[in-house]
Amino acid sequence: MGLGAVIRVATRVVAEIFLTLGLLVVAFVVYLLIWSDVQSAHAQSRLRATFEAQVEQAHRVHAVGPGVTTVVAPAPDTGSAVGVMTIPRLGDDWSWVMVEGVADADLAKGPGHFPGTAMPGQPGNFAVAGHRATHGEPFAHLDGLRRGDEVVVETTTDTYTYVVDRSEIVSPDLVSVLDPVPGQPDARPKRALLTLVTCNPRWGSSERLIVTGHLRGRAILAEED
Amino acid sequence: MYRFVWRQLPGPLPVRILLSLALGVAVLAALYLVVFPALEPILSVEDITLGP
Repeated sequence: MGLGAVIRVATRVVAEIFLTLGLLVVAFVVYLLIWSDVQSAHAQSRLRATFEAQVEQAHRVHAVGPGVTTVVAPAPDTGSAVGVMTIPRLGDDWSWVMVEGVADADLAKGPGHFPGTAMPGQPGNFAVAGHRATHGEPFAHLDGLRRGDEVVVETTTDTYTYVVDRSEIVSPDLVSVLDPVPGQPDARPKRALLTLVTCNPRWGSSERLIVTGHLRGRAILAEED
Repeated sequence: MYRFVWRQLPGPLPVRILLSLALGVAVLAALYLVVFPALEPILSVEDITLGP
């Protein structure tokens, strides 16, 4: 084989390697931008079907009438439904089933409840993280929430309406925003608070966007000491 | 590489085209179901939880 033939073969091999790498990058981008959304939509429809069945079952149990005291349910298993969140500001059809847990596998299904933080409506801090890009991007426009906006959380037995107080951008290591009383790790919570967490900037990870709120009604009656 | 694979495929042209399409689908399935999910935590565009 002459030098010319060797160069031709080498050129072709190098060209094919670059072509393959290019196709791999395109495939990965399609995976992130489209496939992850398809996967989360699929997970959401399964979670919603299960959740609605649980709501129906809970209604049958509670059909004895009003005045039934609600039992505080324990946290569900990791990856299963915690409740449904709707935020009218983000659109009339903005409705997501939240799951327990904030591992990658949980957040791929929908917004995830930070394990150990309060359950919906309970005193303490009900904290939820959600993707701002890819995986259905539930919190894509979380920066559009304003003071006074409603965040409605429906569990199998109750519906709680939280009211947005403020949004802020914090460092990714500021775990104190998840405290039962944010910033006071040892304080006993009296108010029921809401904390929504996502990345900032969108498509980045250098900071976190935090939206906080309080439970309407009951929460105003008691201030923490 | 692509030429080498093409040469290994048996049968007449239509069969080869079908086989190469099947190969492509198999490669994509392996990427989407195994390789990309494993790569994602390393290459993910965003990290949304809080931690020290």
